[in-house]
Amino acid sequence: MTEVTAPEQSAPLTGTQTLTLAKALNAGMRRAMAEDPKVLVMGEDVGRLGGVFRVTDGLQREFGEDRVIDTPLAESGIIGTAIGMALRGYRPVCEIQFDGFVFPAANQIITQLAKMRLRSLGQVTLPVVVRIPCGGGIGAVEHHSESPEAYFAHTAGLRVVACSNPVDAYWMLQEAIACPDPVVFFEPKRRYWDKAPVDTEAPAAPMGDAVVVREGTDATLLAYGPMVKTCLEAAEADDRSLEVVDLRSLSPLDTPALEASVRKTGRCVVVHEAPVFGGLGGEIAARITEACFYHLEAPVLRVGGFATPYPASRLEDHYLPDLDRILDTVDRTFAW
Amino acid sequence: MTVDAHTARDAELVQLLTPEGERLEHPDYPLSLSDQQLRDLYRDLVVVRALDLESVALTRRGELGLWPSLLGQEAAQVGSGRALGAGDMVFPTYREHAVAYCRGMPWLNILRLFRGVNHAGWDPKEFGFHLYTIVIGTQTLHATGYAMGIQRDGHHGTGIGDTALAYFGDGATSQGDVNESFVWAAVYNAPIVFFCQNNQWAISEPLERQTRIPLYRRAQGFGFPGVRVDGNDVLACLAVTRRALDRARTGQGPSLIEAFTYRMGAHTTTDDPTRYRHSDELEAWKLKDPIARVKAYLSRTGLANAQFFEEVDVQAAEAAVELRAACLALPDPSPDALFQHVYAAPHRLLEEERAAYETYLAGFHD
Ligand SMILES: Cc1ncc(C[n+]2csc(CCOP(=O)(O)OP(=O)(O)O)c2C)c(N)n1
Ligand SMILES: [Mg+2]
Repeated sequence: MTEVTAPEQSAPLTGTQTLTLAKALNAGMRRAMAEDPKVLVMGEDVGRLGGVFRVTDGLQREFGEDRVIDTPLAESGIIGTAIGMALRGYRPVCEIQFDGFVFPAANQIITQLAKMRLRSLGQVTLPVVVRIPCGGGIGAVEHHSESPEAYFAHTAGLRVVACSNPVDAYWMLQEAIACPDPVVFFEPKRRYWDKAPVDTEAPAAPMGDAVVVREGTDATLLAYGPMVKTCLEAAEADDRSLEVVDLRSLSPLDTPALEASVRKTGRCVVVHEAPVFGGLGGEIAARITEACFYHLEAPVLRVGGFATPYPASRLEDHYLPDLDRILDTVDRTFAW
Repeated sequence: MTVDAHTARDAELVQLLTPEGERLEHPDYPLSLSDQQLRDLYRDLVVVRALDLESVALTRRGELGLWPSLLGQEAAQVGSGRALGAGDMVFPTYREHAVAYCRGMPWLNILRLFRGVNHAGWDPKEFGFHLYTIVIGTQTLHATGYAMGIQRDGHHGTGIGDTALAYFGDGATSQGDVNESFVWAAVYNAPIVFFCQNNQWAISEPLERQTRIPLYRRAQGFGFPGVRVDGNDVLACLAVTRRALDRARTGQGPSLIEAFTYRMGAHTTTDDPTRYRHSDELEAWKLKDPIARVKAYLSRTGLANAQFFEEVDVQAAEAAVELRAACLALPDPSPDALFQHVYAAPHRLLEEERAAYETYLAGFHD
């Protein structure tokens, strides 16, 4: 290696700090790297620049160029070599710069990363994390606003999670890094700048658990990633008592927690930015219907993107679920 | 470290006009242009720079979501763009605004994309200029396939057939798609020119993160010629591209051109290059400015006088003012545009969703 920057220590985060979601991810990675020398960060522009969203800011200065790797511009290469690093005992945390650019890596993720454990009869584990900033709402150009989670949730062998707030960002990322299985980790890019106090001593719920983020009795809103906040705002704006559940884990789903909420309220609306057709909402609706049929006052309804490619930014407010569309759908479950 | 990957050594760099405006001859690249053609090239360079700066300004005012500036790459784009024939097809990235200009495409079309009005929206056939491509490297395969189509049309190899020209960056050379396109083009001897604008940076990553050898030398390994040209020299870019296009047209197959240039601005308007590169690098490249050298040459040889330069500046300023007005007058798309043009044939699900959304929106007017 040439020109390795001398590692420079910065004090790890302690106590409770108010952090943006992006900084919380950064702090989570920093802690994971400090605790385990096998943890590596790799991706395009993650080193010197600190990532286009600054999520890896300062990590290269602190841990050096061998552990925070600016890779050539090739996503298949990033994931393929991460698999190789994992085979050699490392725990790579890969950054895909934007959701729309994960597809060149789809081959390595789907045909290799997801299946190697099974093929080796459990003798090979691949603790690789694939971080993907996802979702729209930032006025971006094409391929920078997509929600590709269903493709990965559909692929057995991958765990898929989505954080929605700084506390989960901090804890779930550390858990994903420690996880022996490959984890596709979705980050809601339009929430990167949202702030919350993060207590570095009080772990959040395990990343596999769904969490009730707002209690209610009349209907359940199921959401994840960027839509959790939108659902909370919708619930706040409505006169009915709406419960909001943050799925957090998309594969596997925490079905017992989802079912418990729906049994209580009797109505359920699933909200995501991804297209409704073939999206996670369909899987969730089917499972809820099967498990809670006699508790349901209305069919499980879905709010999400249309069966169109993600539109040009001047149309994205029409495409993205907002308070009105969510509450309109809640109305429909009451009018059933 | 292989130094010559990122230092243009004079011996391997095709240059016809030095940064000081001195005209050189190159045995392989003879170029004779009329006085008028030389002045027109200067005019192109000045106008596209003005339109580019105006686009940056429009972004700063919030009128565009983002702008990838071509500042510093005018000569690479105008030189190659002016070498093309009417039937040739360009496959651009997202930064080839000056090539679009040379192809006669209104700059406003590009603003629509970066304003978020649509995703491109122009007809590639009208201008011989394909849609902008944001997913790095993908267009090089499209260009190769297009060239293979040309091969099957009939005129191929006769010198009158069309060709394809694929643009891409130094960063893109790492993508599998780009390397696959080299394989395809070589194997089928496709009539294509690969034009790599090596602007030394892929966002924050310097060239040495993509290669240990000069990029143009990669071609040899794939089985076709590669050449490195001074990308800030419009004459050399024109001559080298002409020759590569001619090779393609006469059935001699693909070529790779590495235009050695520099991204003078940020990667896009959202980027902050002070985080990763030193300003002295920029200062050094400013001395190699693609426009200044043409101006020096035209002045020194008496091909143009102060009045001409003044007139070009006025023309460029007027074009910028016009562009601004046209941008501000762009209407927002109607919500129904969401559902248009996704499929060529009717689609049940889409029509269902379109109808439901129309009803939903109508509910707000009740
Ligand atoms: C497949 C893919 N990965 C990542 C990106 C994000 N991205 C946009 S431009 C860019 C750098 C491109 O560098 P280069 O090819 O040298 O072209 P330049 O921008 O310098 O003209 C990156 C990484 C992308 N657009 N597509
Ligand atoms: Mg570049």
